[in-house]
Amino acid sequence: MPTATALLITAQRDLLLAMRRKSDVLVSLFFFVIVVSLFPLGIGPEPLLLKKIAPGVLMVAALLSTLLGLPRMFAADYADGTLEQLALSPLPFGLLVSGKILAHWLVCGLPLVLLAPVLGLQFGLDGESLPMLMLALLIATPLLSLIGSIGAALTLGVRGGGALLALLILPLYVPTLIFASGAVEAQMVGMSTSGYLSLLAAMLALAVFFAPWATSAALKIALE
Amino acid sequence: MNLLTEKPAKGFYRFSSPQTFYPLAEKMLPWFWVAAALFGIAGLWISFFVAPTDATQGEAYRLIFVHVPASWMSMFIYLVMAAWAGIGLALGTRLSGMMAQALAPTGALMAALSLATGSLWGRPMWGTWWIWDARLTSELILFFLYIGFIALQAAIDDPRRADKAGAVLALVGVVNVPIIYFSVIWWNSLHQGSSVSLTKSPSMAQTMFAGMILMALCFWMYSIAVALMRVRAIIIERERNAEWVRTEISMEKTNAVE
Repeated sequence: MPTATALLITAQRDLLLAMRRKSDVLVSLFFFVIVVSLFPLGIGPEPLLLKKIAPGVLMVAALLSTLLGLPRMFAADYADGTLEQLALSPLPFGLLVSGKILAHWLVCGLPLVLLAPVLGLQFGLDGESLPMLMLALLIATPLLSLIGSIGAALTLGVRGGGALLALLILPLYVPTLIFASGAVEAQMVGMSTSGYLSLLAAMLALAVFFAPWATSAALKIALE
Repeated sequence: MNLLTEKPAKGFYRFSSPQTFYPLAEKMLPWFWVAAALFGIAGLWISFFVAPTDATQGEAYRLIFVHVPASWMSMFIYLVMAAWAGIGLALGTRLSGMMAQALAPTGALMAALSLATGSLWGRPMWGTWWIWDARLTSELILFFLYIGFIALQAAIDDPRRADKAGAVLALVGVVNVPIIYFSVIWWNSLHQGSSVSLTKSPSMAQTMFAGMILMALCFWMYSIAVALMRVRAIIIERERNAEWVRTEISMEKTNAVE
C-alpha cells in the first residue's frame, strides 16, 4: 500500500467513527461557543472592550475546545487493541498516527475555523479582521492538534488523564496562542501581520514533522 | 531482572548501574555539601557586607544574589534533566530516568524561588508584585513545565513507563522552551535589559558580580547534592526487592549500631 494512502485510510476510518457519534463532535463545538459567550457576560457588554479582547478570547476558547477532544484521539483504539495492531503493522507508525491527527483536526479544529467569524461578529470585529481571524485559526488549529497529540499519547491509560493532559499541554500551547491572537490584533490596529503568520506557519511546519514522531514514541511507551 | 547475573561494565559506564552508583553517590555527597556551604558563606558575605549599595536601587537590589542564581539554575536544571531523560530513552539505562526524576523537584523549587524573589524585588522597583513581562511569564511557564513533568511521573505507577513518558515530555519541553521564550519576548517586553551577558563585560560592580557568581556556584553545588540524595532514595525505593539493597541496608544498620 502506498504510504500516503495509509495516512488517508486511517484518517477516513477515524472520520467515519466520529460521524457515527456526532454528539462527541458537537459537544466540543458547543463548548467553544459557550466559553466565548461567557466572556461578555462576565466582563460586561462594552463594545470597545469586547472588540479589544475578542482575538484572545476566541483563541483561548479554541485552545480549550481542542483540548476537550484530545483524550478521544487514541483512547478507544487503545482500549480495544486497535492501536496495538496499528503499531504492529509494517506501515510506518508515525504515518498512521498522522492520519489520526488529521482526522482529529478535521473533526475538532476545522469546525472552529468555520464558526469563528460568527462569534467574531458578536464581538464586533470588522470585515477585515474576520478573514484574518479565520486564517490565523486555520494555521493554529492543526498546530494545536499536533502538539496535543503528544500529550494525548503520554496520558493514555493514566490516572486522572484529562486534567493531567491539560497540565502538560497548555504551557506548550502558549506560543500558538500568542502568535495567533497577535496576528488578529495586528490586523485590527492596521499593522503588518506577515511576521505572526510566518512564525505560526513555521511552527506548523516543524510540528508536522516532529509531533507525529514524538507521539508515536509516546504511544509505543504506553503500549509496552 | 536479576542484577547478580549481569556482568559489571568497565570504566565510567560501571556507574550507570544503580547498584554501583548508590555507594558512589554516598561518597560524593559530603564534597558537594561542603562546596555548597563554602560558596554560600563566601557569597553571602560578599553580598551583604562587601558589595556596595546600588546607586539607583538602594539595598533592595541585594535580592539579585538569590534571584539570579535561582533563575539560572531553574533553566540549567531543565536542560540537565532533559539530557538525562534523553540518555535514558536512547540507551535504556535505568539510572538516567532516576536522575531526571530526582532533578525535577529541585528545578521546580528554583523556578518558584526565582518567581517569589522576582516579585519581592518588583514591589519596591516597579511598584507592583507582578507584571506580565516576558521574563516573568516565561519563568512561570517553565515552572508549569516542571509541574507537568512531576505530575506525569507521579500519575504512572510503573516506574519504567513513568521514566520513558517523562523523558518524551522533557524532550518536547526542551524543544519548546526557546520557542516559548522568544514568543513571550515578542509578546511583551517591559523588563529591563539583562545586566549580565557573555559577550560584553558586566555593567555591574565587580564585587556584585563576584557575589552573584559565588551564590550561583553555591546553588549549583546544593542542587547536585540534593539531587544525589534524592536519587539515592529513589534507587533504594525502586530496587527494594534486589538482593544488594538488603545487604546494603543490613550493613548500614550494623554500622549505625557500632
